[in-house]
Amino acid sequence: MPACSSGIVRSNKKVGPDLWEMEFTALALAREAQPGQFVHIRVGGNQDPLLRRPLSIYDVDAGLITLLYKVVGRGTEILSLYSSDQPLDVMGPLGKGFSLVQDRRVLLVGGGVGIAPLLFLGRELKVRNNKVIVLHGAGSKEETCSGPKFTGLGMEYRIATMDGSLGFKGLVTDLMEREIDPKSIDYIYTCGPEPMMEAVAAFAARNNMPGELSLEEYMACGVGACLGCARKLKASDPSYVKICHDGPVFPLDSVNIAP
Amino acid sequence: MGLVDMSVNLGGLQMQNPVAVASGTFGYGREYQSYIDIRKIGAVIVKGTTLEPRCGNSPPRIYETPAGMLNAIGLENPGIEVFLQEYLPALMEEGVTIVANIAGNSVDEYALITRIIDNHSGIAAIELNISCPNVKQGGMQFGTDPRLVRQVVEAVKQETRLPVIPKLSPNVTDIVSIAKAARDGGADALSMINTLMGMAVDIDRKTPVLGNVFGGLSGPAIKPVALRMIYQVYKEVNLPILGGGGISNTRDALEFIMVGASAISIGTGNFVNPSLAQEITQGLEKYLLEQGLAQIHDLVGAAVQ
Ligand SMILES: Cc1cc2nc3c(=O)[nH]c(=O)nc-3n(C[C@H](O)[C@H](O)[C@H](O)COP(=O)(O)OP(=O)(O)OC[C@H]3O[C@@H](n4cnc5c(N)ncnc54)[C@H](O)[C@@H]3O)c2cc1C
Ligand SMILES: Cc1cc2nc3c(=O)[nH]c(=O)nc-3n(C[C@H](O)[C@H](O)[C@H](O)COP(=O)(O)O)c2cc1C
Ligand code: FES
Repeated sequence: MPACSSGIVRSNKKVGPDLWEMEFTALALAREAQPGQFVHIRVGGNQDPLLRRPLSIYDVDAGLITLLYKVVGRGTEILSLYSSDQPLDVMGPLGKGFSLVQDRRVLLVGGGVGIAPLLFLGRELKVRNNKVIVLHGAGSKEETCSGPKFTGLGMEYRIATMDGSLGFKGLVTDLMEREIDPKSIDYIYTCGPEPMMEAVAAFAARNNMPGELSLEEYMACGVGACLGCARKLKASDPSYVKICHDGPVFPLDSVNIAP
Repeated sequence: MGLVDMSVNLGGLQMQNPVAVASGTFGYGREYQSYIDIRKIGAVIVKGTTLEPRCGNSPPRIYETPAGMLNAIGLENPGIEVFLQEYLPALMEEGVTIVANIAGNSVDEYALITRIIDNHSGIAAIELNISCPNVKQGGMQFGTDPRLVRQVVEAVKQETRLPVIPKLSPNVTDIVSIAKAARDGGADALSMINTLMGMAVDIDRKTPVLGNVFGGLSGPAIKPVALRMIYQVYKEVNLPILGGGGISNTRDALEFIMVGASAISIGTGNFVNPSLAQEITQGLEKYLLEQGLAQIHDLVGAAVQ
């Protein structure tokens, strides 16, 4: 089992309102990482905040790992203060990532910072000769810094912003319903707010389309030891999965988001 | 190194060093295998186990608090038989010192689980969870009533020759009377403390945060309470103590030893730093060398007046 517990920050910069991008080196982690997996970071090193913070792997390229994170509280705020050459206490890669299809027509739907795991996924999907369309939902055009990265890797990137400052005005799932011909898609991957993923799952189910989504839950250990990040995928399931260990990625049809 | 003797005999539980990992925070050992050499841990106390499988509480089960966390896992576990058949063999192969942690709904159930464990090899000692605050029918009543504590310990002792280590609940007025009851029931050592019952509120939704409403507080926030209780019990009860509650570094571990703990356990600290047990073991060894002491035992209770 791969493991890493230290990295070195190479860059950490603001790329949008409350949106940050951090690059760090961690050789074993970069070597082992799969799209959809996450890292577990101890921010600050004091007793408060105490627990590590889980963040998706946004990209991996030549030993360099990139994270895309939104500053929403104390932990992510402290993370935004890290500077180049500072050591980073990071565990990972953790969890079960996306399965990687080959020679298919694939749709990626990301909402907000949920776009993060989809870049690394798209990179690996392109390597496997897939045709990839990315739909990204954001608040405004200031939050769409990842666009050029997707297009740079040869993916088709379409954007929906709530304020209409770029691309389609409105929900990314409305953009999907309007512009995506289900017959042109073989497989679908999604990550973002749960109502968005619910709409994507409904779209996939209606069109008999297989796919996968990535879930979030509060975490302590991140490795399946504390049983804290439990969730029932369907209300009728007898037992709880652990998001950190059994997921965070699950088949679309195994999850009932709104029970 | 090797000039100091790190081994500890905790009421018959032979440990190669005084640092254990606490029940429920280290899974079944395997989860952390790529972050720490589990063979070097003094004892791995596995997740609380019940007679029947339990699916645990509804989420959210955990929540971070200042220098601590709340948990209400609800003793999710596969049941004693599955634990022994499917989880234990892998740990035994590693040569780890394994302590079972058991919980029951009745005195008979504690006795029955103990009998099952006693008929099986591979377990070095039994920690009795009489203090888990999460399961409504489970722990709480046992750990807060001295008569019940004595009854449970007696019943368990009759079923096994393994060392029996009751784990005391801090959610009591008089910890010393509980510790005495455990001793009178035949306990070989005491483990303390389990989590302190607490809660958190989501003011946006106007609801408790945890699915179970209440949860157990652990981590650095509870360390002063743990130290105080161990100090009190050490003075009054002549049993070795496995001390824990918020230990995050070697200095913390030394505090516990100096108030009377013969060995220590690390719980929440594992989540923050998975190799903490090993780091503290090395830290303690270094401290002994620097102080010119031959064994941990020479420090136990050093701060008790
Ligand atoms: C597998 C996984 C991957 C993730 N990937 C990313 C990512 O790539 N980029 C990113 O920006 N965020 C990601 N998150 C969410 C991120 O972990 C939280 O935003 C972060 O832990 C918040 O820490 P904080 O101390 O800043 O906020 P806190 O002060 O802890 O909380 C601030 C707010 O964030 C919410 N929050 C805290 N932790 C979580 C959590 N685990 N899940 C959902 N909401 C939470 C709280 O409810 C609160 O409203 C991911 C979460 C998981 C479980
Ligand atoms: C997530 C979690 C699960 C726990 N599960 C158990 C358990 O099953 N049985 C038990 O006796 N104690 C359990 N505990 C209590 C710990 O073993 C330990 O006694 C307590 O957390 C205090 O130590 P700490 O502050 O170092 O974590 C659990 C604690 C946590 C945080
Ligand atoms: S965070 Fe501990 S089991 Fe998932």
